[in-house]
Amino acid sequence: MSEPTGLKTPSKGKRSRVRATPKGRAVDPKAREEVRALLGEAPRRRDLLIEHLHKIQDRYGCLSAAHLVALAAEMDMAMAEVYEVATFYHHFDVVKEGEAAPPAITVRVCDSIACDLAGSHQLLKSLPSILGKDVRVLHAPCVGRCETAPVAVVGQNPIQYATIEKIESAITCGEVTHSTTDLTITPGHIDYAAYKADGGYALAAACVRGERSPADIIALMEDSGLRGLGGAGFPAGRKWKLVAAEPAPRLMAINIDEGEPGTFKDRYYLERDPHRFLEGAIIAAWAVGIDAVYIYLRDEYHGCRALLERELAALQADPPCRIPEFHLRRGAGAYICGEESAMINSIEGKRGEPRLRPPYVAQVGLFDRPTLEHNMETLHWVRVIIEQGPAWFAGFGREGRKGLRSFSVSGRVKKPGVHVAEAGITLLDLIDEHCGGMLDGHRLYGYLPGGASGGILPASMANVPLDFDTLTPYGCFIGSAAIVVLSDQDKAAAAARNVMKFFADESCGQCTPCRVGTEKALHLMHDKRWDKPLLQELSQAMMDASICGLGQAAPNPVLSVLKYFPWEVE
Amino acid sequence: MHQTNTDVAPKLVTFTLNGKTIAAQEDQTILQTAHAHGIEVPRLCYMEGMRADGNCRTCMVEIKGERVLAPSCCRYPKDGMEVTTNSPRAVISQKMSIELLLSDVPETSYTLNSELDLWAKKMGVGKPRFKARSQPVEDVSHPAIAVHLDACIQCKRCVRACREEQVNDVIGYAFRGGYSKIVFDLDDPMGASTCVACGECVQACPTGALMPARDVAKVVPDKTVDSVCPYCGVGCQLTYNIKGNQILYVQGRNGPANSSRLCVKGRYGFDYVQHRHRLTTPLIRKKDVPKHKDFTVDPEKWHEVFREATWEEALDVAANGLRDIRDKYGKRALAGFGSAKGTNEEAYLFQKLVRTGFGSNNVDHCTRLCHASSVAALMEGINSGAVSNQVRDVVNAEVIFLIGANPTVNHPVAATWIKNAAKAGRTLIVADPRRSDLARHASYYLQFNADTDVALLNAMLHVIVSEGLVDQNFVRERTAGYEALAENVKKFSPEAMAPICGIDAKTIREVARLYATSKASIILWGMGISQHVHGTDNARCLIALALSTGQIGKPGSGLHPLRGQNNVQGASDSGLIPMFYPDYQRVNTPAARERFEKLWNTTLDPEPGLTVVEIMNAAKRREIRGMYIMGENPAMSDPDVDHAREAMATLDHVVVQDLFLTETAYLADVVLPATAWPEKVGTVTNTDRMVQLGRKAIEPPGDAREDLWLIVEIARRIGLDWNYTHAREVFNEMRQCMDSIAGITWERLEEQSSVTYPCVKEGDPGDPVVFIDAFPTPTGRGKFVPADLISAAERPDAEYPMVLITGRQLEHWHTGSMTRRASTLDYIEPEPVASVHPLDLANLGIEPGGVLTIESRRGSISLYARADDGTPRGAVFVPFCFYEAAANMLTNPVLDPFGKIPEFKYCAVKVTSGGDVPERMSFGGGTLLADQMDAVRE
Repeated sequence: MSEPTGLKTPSKGKRSRVRATPKGRAVDPKAREEVRALLGEAPRRRDLLIEHLHKIQDRYGCLSAAHLVALAAEMDMAMAEVYEVATFYHHFDVVKEGEAAPPAITVRVCDSIACDLAGSHQLLKSLPSILGKDVRVLHAPCVGRCETAPVAVVGQNPIQYATIEKIESAITCGEVTHSTTDLTITPGHIDYAAYKADGGYALAAACVRGERSPADIIALMEDSGLRGLGGAGFPAGRKWKLVAAEPAPRLMAINIDEGEPGTFKDRYYLERDPHRFLEGAIIAAWAVGIDAVYIYLRDEYHGCRALLERELAALQADPPCRIPEFHLRRGAGAYICGEESAMINSIEGKRGEPRLRPPYVAQVGLFDRPTLEHNMETLHWVRVIIEQGPAWFAGFGREGRKGLRSFSVSGRVKKPGVHVAEAGITLLDLIDEHCGGMLDGHRLYGYLPGGASGGILPASMANVPLDFDTLTPYGCFIGSAAIVVLSDQDKAAAAARNVMKFFADESCGQCTPCRVGTEKALHLMHDKRWDKPLLQELSQAMMDASICGLGQAAPNPVLSVLKYFPWEVE
Repeated sequence: MHQTNTDVAPKLVTFTLNGKTIAAQEDQTILQTAHAHGIEVPRLCYMEGMRADGNCRTCMVEIKGERVLAPSCCRYPKDGMEVTTNSPRAVISQKMSIELLLSDVPETSYTLNSELDLWAKKMGVGKPRFKARSQPVEDVSHPAIAVHLDACIQCKRCVRACREEQVNDVIGYAFRGGYSKIVFDLDDPMGASTCVACGECVQACPTGALMPARDVAKVVPDKTVDSVCPYCGVGCQLTYNIKGNQILYVQGRNGPANSSRLCVKGRYGFDYVQHRHRLTTPLIRKKDVPKHKDFTVDPEKWHEVFREATWEEALDVAANGLRDIRDKYGKRALAGFGSAKGTNEEAYLFQKLVRTGFGSNNVDHCTRLCHASSVAALMEGINSGAVSNQVRDVVNAEVIFLIGANPTVNHPVAATWIKNAAKAGRTLIVADPRRSDLARHASYYLQFNADTDVALLNAMLHVIVSEGLVDQNFVRERTAGYEALAENVKKFSPEAMAPICGIDAKTIREVARLYATSKASIILWGMGISQHVHGTDNARCLIALALSTGQIGKPGSGLHPLRGQNNVQGASDSGLIPMFYPDYQRVNTPAARERFEKLWNTTLDPEPGLTVVEIMNAAKRREIRGMYIMGENPAMSDPDVDHAREAMATLDHVVVQDLFLTETAYLADVVLPATAWPEKVGTVTNTDRMVQLGRKAIEPPGDAREDLWLIVEIARRIGLDWNYTHAREVFNEMRQCMDSIAGITWERLEEQSSVTYPCVKEGDPGDPVVFIDAFPTPTGRGKFVPADLISAAERPDAEYPMVLITGRQLEHWHTGSMTRRASTLDYIEPEPVASVHPLDLANLGIEPGGVLTIESRRGSISLYARADDGTPRGAVFVPFCFYEAAANMLTNPVLDPFGKIPEFKYCAVKVTSGGDVPERMSFGGGTLLADQMDAVRE
């Protein structure tokens, strides 16, 4: 009959393999039982995916493929949905068949700018051979303890002023958790009873009882001039007003994903006075008409998490008034989740990819509901501003600026730390009045006024007022008020490379200018002489076309070096 | 078409685009508006019809007053907005994004149509100034799709295609930053993943990172031909890409049922038409080879049974044999099986030939084996067997109740609409003893005990009646017989039924309330409902659910039996049924008979004819002595196939018209080589009542002839004066006797490719939703018919302790004659498998992948074990497509008394470890691609 047309004659008797299961990976019954046991009665809702991944990672030290498949089945999710989330976050170790699970102990050495200045690269270089193969040494982005740089985290235990000896000792003694009662790190905190005894929550209770009106409180917040302290500086009172005008149900999301290198103010307040921001949240929720509050805490703050869990439990057990639902959610190692919409995706159990705007978070935010999103410190100030009155807060300020700022200062100064100073203060005054001057033997060379994102200014510009908007003309911004001071022993180009590497590591990978641009920029910045026109063109596209602030701000240090430190790269 | 008639015209806004003031629709993006005004803006992650993601950043535009540029694919114009697409600032970003992407892909493209290359050229982006990334290795583990992630630009169109369009949820975007990567499941090789090869990702990929395997799409096609998919009843429109006389590859086309979506069969299951087993010459049975029921066909050895003949001889022998039986034994001694795989025109002509040429109504087709009971119940209740609402109407429903159907396998593209609706927040209730992929998307998954449909459904009706959820107004105005139903369901409380059906009373109450009280609820069902001895009762309960709650006759609210074959709706409509003339006009109604006697100018048999299984039984009794079978394979598809084959072997004269030497053709006296779907023109009608036009794309092989021509030639030789030469002429005759399609013209079909019926007058748009005001019954009322519990004919016992459920697989169609000869499909599912729960396998001592033997009172087969925890405990599921382990050797030929449908979904079997490895003949086993796949893997 007919000759084969186009198809090859099969070789007879050749059997292809029979699939013993439906397509793809099958659920391992043992892994499923283990996952069920870990999850217990917890809901299987997909927004809890990251929480559930933490449970597995904490218990087994990694996320095996079998556990991921079992978790997907348990949560009625696709494997890809689970895998793409698990591989997004630094703190999850996905281990597939044939791969070795990570050692029981991981040491994360911070290599962000402040720790780098303090010599963390030396630790990173020497630790692996000293600690051997039973300990995994990883570099980590800023862990939020820059005032005690360099910092290494052994398991979940942050080692301040880290040395090889201290790290070895922590490993030997099995000190791998962060004790919240360790006064050497946390200088004691005001617990629920103490906070209440000192008049805490009286204001919130008065509001909820109806002794104040939401409109008055919102007007008062507007008058105070308090701006969002996460970095964007959006007026807090106006935000309350905008969200209150959106249809219910509304939600609140509190951002404690403090990850901007050099920033540690939120941790500072949280470790000392955790109820102050909670009271601020209760007042904001009441004023705006919100029933549920989601707190997103970065995973690096293990001690704070234990503390906050305890204090929240105390508050919920004996509330001073009707309080909204509080949900504490744990980050998993991703700087980008400090971006408000990325944080919202992460709270929803997804990859921390920023969303495109419009729509704005105030309109379509968490679970697609209108959402009041605040940095923790913003809420920290609410109580005192209402108690003291808006004029009190607005009465501070220099050079025509208004209010107070919590500067996280690190680098080459005598007294690094959180310093509350008047808005509009200059770097020179900040160093003189609050930081005890430059370190001995160091001369001011330049500074990063806004963490990794805010650009780099030379010493000659240490006399400009520091506040929102004041640095814009110089291609810089204050952001979260993280000041990293460079001295004559440092190089601006090296600092710029450090932060560009950070951005490349932390880019979510969603948009081209940021995902590819940071990598290509970093590559170009390793040249002895920088290709200025190409870097400028790339920078412009990154600033103009990236989806979120990460990609938009990533070129700032590049342009700063080209503009203010040209001699280093010509 | 799927709007709810509440749409308001979109508002117009006035804004400035590149300095020109224009009025635009507020729901059209800046990109769409610019495009409509002839302004080109580059874009890569944007794809028409897909959610815009705005990640590639090549479509950036400047909006006055905004700090940064905006992605024009995601932004909408507002009054007074000033937008510039070509400012120096915008162009820098557009070009830089392209350059960055270009720097990371190989210089030579994997596709002829790289959108990246296209825009780089248009925008004047030359050689990239950046160093490339380190490149990932290729993944050619899948037989249909090649993965070259070195060409990937991370636009995530494939992710959206897989997750948001098809909702197969295989592709993910994993890791982060520069390590971000498209993955399958847990970054597994595509061929080892859960990928169902729908190919939507390939269709979406702009750079060739995902491409048809073996570089077929790098060949420039000679032509493209628009047509419809030949497999299931969803009716997806597609485009064939042709080179010479060969189909290179297939793309989805924007049809009303599929919006360019396809499944693995539609996209990759086309090369059966070029298989070397295609019949190309008429064959006549050798005189010395007797027919016998015990055989396994090896089409390669056709010459052992047949000799080649000329067309003249073959047609004469075929027709004379039929004519002689008619003349000697009477008109009812002949029967014909048409096919739901043929066109409407073929079906119409075939039944006309049987009715006017043979002289009886002994004509039937495989609808008998799939939805006959559904149709019986629907005809009885509302006098219409077709769906009330189209599949895509699920988007207008609040509650979707899917029972006894596995659409992700059997109606894959229909399933995508259901999944889309579930993702968009509709409440999906899935009820099935087998846990299907859809269960994951359901708000409620009810894994009820097989054979207890009526218990579950009557319990729901009990809740509706006893909790006052009945739509009293609807019941009063539009139904009859409610009291009897209400009385009957009293004894079926959820509490009483829970132990029987295995679903707790609370759940039954919840789903009943949800169904009854939603603004719009739709029921979709499949053969899990119909293929039982109580199939008609099952369907009666579903109809009662709709009638009692008024959930029918409005958008998002109705009854939809998912039709199986690409033209089972049309073949039934065209009269390929023993009790109906075309358009369901009853044979035993004098007015109908007179209408057709007049049209056909002949006298007609006033008695309904025999159904499929009845014809086989009559053959066994020698009452039927000759048959003409067009494109059906009863020797594989009938229950208790051993009996069916025995019956066929006793026939004096059998003429089979087919593409391949099927099991049925093996028992023929004359075999007529026919044409495959892409080789002819004609219409088919999908499950949604859409009449769609199939166009000829390639020439048939050898001396194979069009089916229409063959029917006419046989007709002429048995004394009919026919001279149809084109499907168009037949269609026009059909319009004269089928009121439902009277308004559809051939020209309109050529122009629009698809028209929904009822379309009574020319120019009618066609009604997607029917029964809005009345049912097509004499009184206009729908009728309740109560149902009681009836058990399956054969329950498990000590000797045969397990239940056999038969059905289909995603890759294989029906008896496998086409798909097991389609290289990709056969490679993906090469061997006969039985799905058993892993715990049952363990108890039986059977290794997954090992051989097991299934035995029933009628026969025994051996095949491979597949561990599948979706199969209920105590059951075994076997697809009926494998000739080397034919499931229908085991099935029970008992019939539903009303629909005459066999009980394919339930019989008692014994499963044991071991047995003879099924012996394969010259097709199946994945052999067509085995060598090539081995080669690429090495």
